[in-house]
Amino acid sequence: MVRLLAPVLVMLAIAAPPAIARAQTLAITNAHIYSMGSSGEIASGVVVVSSGRITAIGASARIPDGARIIDAHGGVVTPGLLATNTPLSTVEIAEGVEETNDNATASSVISAAFDVQYAVNPNSVLIPIARLGGVTDAVITPTLSGRHERKNMIFAGQAAVIHLGQGPDLLEKTHAGMVLVMGEDGARIAGGSRAAEFVLLSGLVEDVRAYAHNLANYDLGHSRAYGLSRQDLEALIPVVEGREPLMISVHRAADIRQVLRLAKEQKLKIILEGAEEAWSLAPEIAAAQVPVLLSGYADLPQSFDMIGSTLENAARLNAAGVLIGIENPPIYEGGRTPRIDAGRAVAHGLPFAAALASITINPAKIWGVADRIGSLEPGKDADIVIWSGDPLEPLSAPTAIMIKGVEQPLRSRDLDLRDRYLHPTDLPPAYH
Amino acid sequence: MRRFVVVLVSAATMACATGCATQMPAPKTQAAKSKPAAAGAGAGAEKNNEAKVLPPGLDPSTNLDPYPSTYRPLPSGTTAIVNARILSPGALEIAQGVLVMNGGKITAIGADVKPPPGATIIDAHGRVVTPGIIDPHSHLGVYPSPGVEAMSDGNEATDPNTAQVWAEHSVWPQDPGFAHALAGGVTTLEILPGSANLFGGRSVVLKNVAATTVQAMKFPGAPYDLKMACGENPKRVYGGKGRSPSTNMGNVAGYRAAWIAARDYQRKWDDYRAKAAKGEKADAPLRNLQMDTLSGVLRGEIRIQNHCYRADEMAQMIDISHEFGFHIAAFHHASESYKIADLLRREGVCSVTWAEWWGFKMESFDGIEENVAMLQRAGACATLSSDDENLVQHLNVEAALAMAAGNRAGLNITRPEAIGWITLNPAKALGIDTKTGSLEVGKMADVVLWSADPFSVYAIPEQVYIDGGLAWDAHDPGHQPKSDFMLGQPAVGGQR
Repeated sequence: MVRLLAPVLVMLAIAAPPAIARAQTLAITNAHIYSMGSSGEIASGVVVVSSGRITAIGASARIPDGARIIDAHGGVVTPGLLATNTPLSTVEIAEGVEETNDNATASSVISAAFDVQYAVNPNSVLIPIARLGGVTDAVITPTLSGRHERKNMIFAGQAAVIHLGQGPDLLEKTHAGMVLVMGEDGARIAGGSRAAEFVLLSGLVEDVRAYAHNLANYDLGHSRAYGLSRQDLEALIPVVEGREPLMISVHRAADIRQVLRLAKEQKLKIILEGAEEAWSLAPEIAAAQVPVLLSGYADLPQSFDMIGSTLENAARLNAAGVLIGIENPPIYEGGRTPRIDAGRAVAHGLPFAAALASITINPAKIWGVADRIGSLEPGKDADIVIWSGDPLEPLSAPTAIMIKGVEQPLRSRDLDLRDRYLHPTDLPPAYH
Repeated sequence: MRRFVVVLVSAATMACATGCATQMPAPKTQAAKSKPAAAGAGAGAEKNNEAKVLPPGLDPSTNLDPYPSTYRPLPSGTTAIVNARILSPGALEIAQGVLVMNGGKITAIGADVKPPPGATIIDAHGRVVTPGIIDPHSHLGVYPSPGVEAMSDGNEATDPNTAQVWAEHSVWPQDPGFAHALAGGVTTLEILPGSANLFGGRSVVLKNVAATTVQAMKFPGAPYDLKMACGENPKRVYGGKGRSPSTNMGNVAGYRAAWIAARDYQRKWDDYRAKAAKGEKADAPLRNLQMDTLSGVLRGEIRIQNHCYRADEMAQMIDISHEFGFHIAAFHHASESYKIADLLRREGVCSVTWAEWWGFKMESFDGIEENVAMLQRAGACATLSSDDENLVQHLNVEAALAMAAGNRAGLNITRPEAIGWITLNPAKALGIDTKTGSLEVGKMADVVLWSADPFSVYAIPEQVYIDGGLAWDAHDPGHQPKSDFMLGQPAVGGQR
């Protein structure tokens, strides 16, 4: 985890040890609040925070004596954004610095058992940059390794939810979900055909069930051969029992339909990911009560799996009653924040409130953390952003960011670079 | 494409990064057509050249434009957009004005302009009009959708120097990405080869019109460009094959060796022509397509678009350009341009960069959102680009993010300056700024009518005009081009 042997990171850590502020009692006043919870939208109200939690919210919530007042001056206040399906904190530099890439494995022993929680690096310099995009929490999902050789296992591993505050422990929830890649990419690993992929998956689910019922025999070597290692079988038990969601990356309509059928047969709790053609079977997805995590920019037939991609996918699924979340591309691929992708969905038919929900409360529900984050409600974590304007607009930016009640510095490595070169002196920039 | 397929993402990233340049002489392709072989030797050559005409294709100077543009603008009449907020680089915003297009050109613009009699009147109802967006770094057509191996034609990654290849020979005009870019307001694109090689090949400037052949998309009279690449990509590709370059110093040695060869090639042809002009016996050198392109650069006819991320590498490339006598039109990606903004201003080199893309490899780790804004304030040529089939559809939002970051840094970027990052400045980088890139009388009528302020994420182009012809109308399926590839597909999701 503490792999920050890149000299630049070490230097920064020494030069500027993060001053970790303490949670205190405070009140955000004069705020245009989008609570994303039962309080709805409050044109002018107050959010009260104590010991890292929200204690009150409303147009006239009582402000405790001695509370520090943060006047929002009429600015928009929202829950902190939830970056969904990002490698943040597990990948520092994606290309050419493979040793900082910890979000995928090419191990021949584990796939489902791969668990990103062990790779989270709280000192990643990418975290403060994401935070300046209004992101206070993130779902870290593993992905398939590009270095797979002869493998027939299509699980990428297990996701974790983290917060983007400061300090050594960012984990909010581990084993948040299992990631499975299907469609073309999964088919390639499963032997070159999606027909193989579905048969293989059914077989693996049956293997896990058999294993779970015959643990003693397995240890004695008295069970039949299973298609997965012991670690993978263990990791999949909560999935086949429907206790942990299985996120399935899948794209074309036919595959989505097959996935829905399989989930129903095997009683799996699934999340559709990608799902570019999901709009074409929105009523079936809504009826199955399956949520969808989708891209905020996909609209091209980038593969034969995505002929039907459209920027209206979000709006159509939402209108059909599907619970949607809009994903955040990797931060090093333009995904500094999911808010612009959500705004784009509004330009293509999604109501504003649904768009804001798709990057706050909806993914919190989908990943099983809505009891703590995703909306501004009493008892929940005080992950809050004050904005200079409409949070989905590119001309807006956070003016204050709070995580677990702690106000975060509005600084990052790229602002340090900016300021070093913006204000030259007689000495070389290295002295600034 | 960003999320999926590491292979394709890195191919696209590799692909990017040529440069654009300003203030270079326009190529002399028209004048050079059908010249006699000895024309290059200067005065007095004509008298003896009858016997020296080489067979077709052997003399590089006889036809500098063998794949000529067949572009014809879409049909158009006289159109007046009235009640429009007019936003164009280099001018104050007009709160309520009129823009008149006729014969493919902008014929009038201003607050007090009267629409000519008989003009088609488009009432903008206060919506915003801008120049058409120009993307100076695109791989549409050469890395088309669908992103299948069968059409992955953007990198001739077989030799560090492939100056002989031309991107236009890889462009698939049926790439559905062109229509999507059009729906995002893009009227002109530069299509480049990838960045696997030190010299990737020639780029081509296209009008973003639906066409069956690439020739019918070629921007008439646009200069050719040569894509070069610094840094990690060439040394990774060739070092990985156990060949040179495998280091940055190998990269530089490779550039220098190629320019030496190009100068030598020029000398051989000059010697031959001098002898031929005097009627002496002389053998013509063997024509070499790679050397033709490099010597076109040395003659100032072909512009250099140079993929280069780091400030120190850009400074090295500028020294190389001085050593051999050519000019770099632009550094592409240019993540660290803000560190050497004064040098780039002095040298007249544009930066073609991003606001949001950074950090995907070491050489882009120092990229910052304020890059273009800092270049703008330093007086250097600053442009944005996409290098991506999705981002190309949303360059207006990229400009908004860059403007907002610049203003948070106290740089006081104006709206006309920011719109210039995706219109006039890329036109300068490509050497087409006298023809398009701003709303001025006499320029090509490449115009976008936006549903709202183009710096809003909620804005979409409602109408896009190219040379005065209505190329896209968000409300009229009859003005929404559709690739042959998309025909008959039962699952097509919508216009975008």
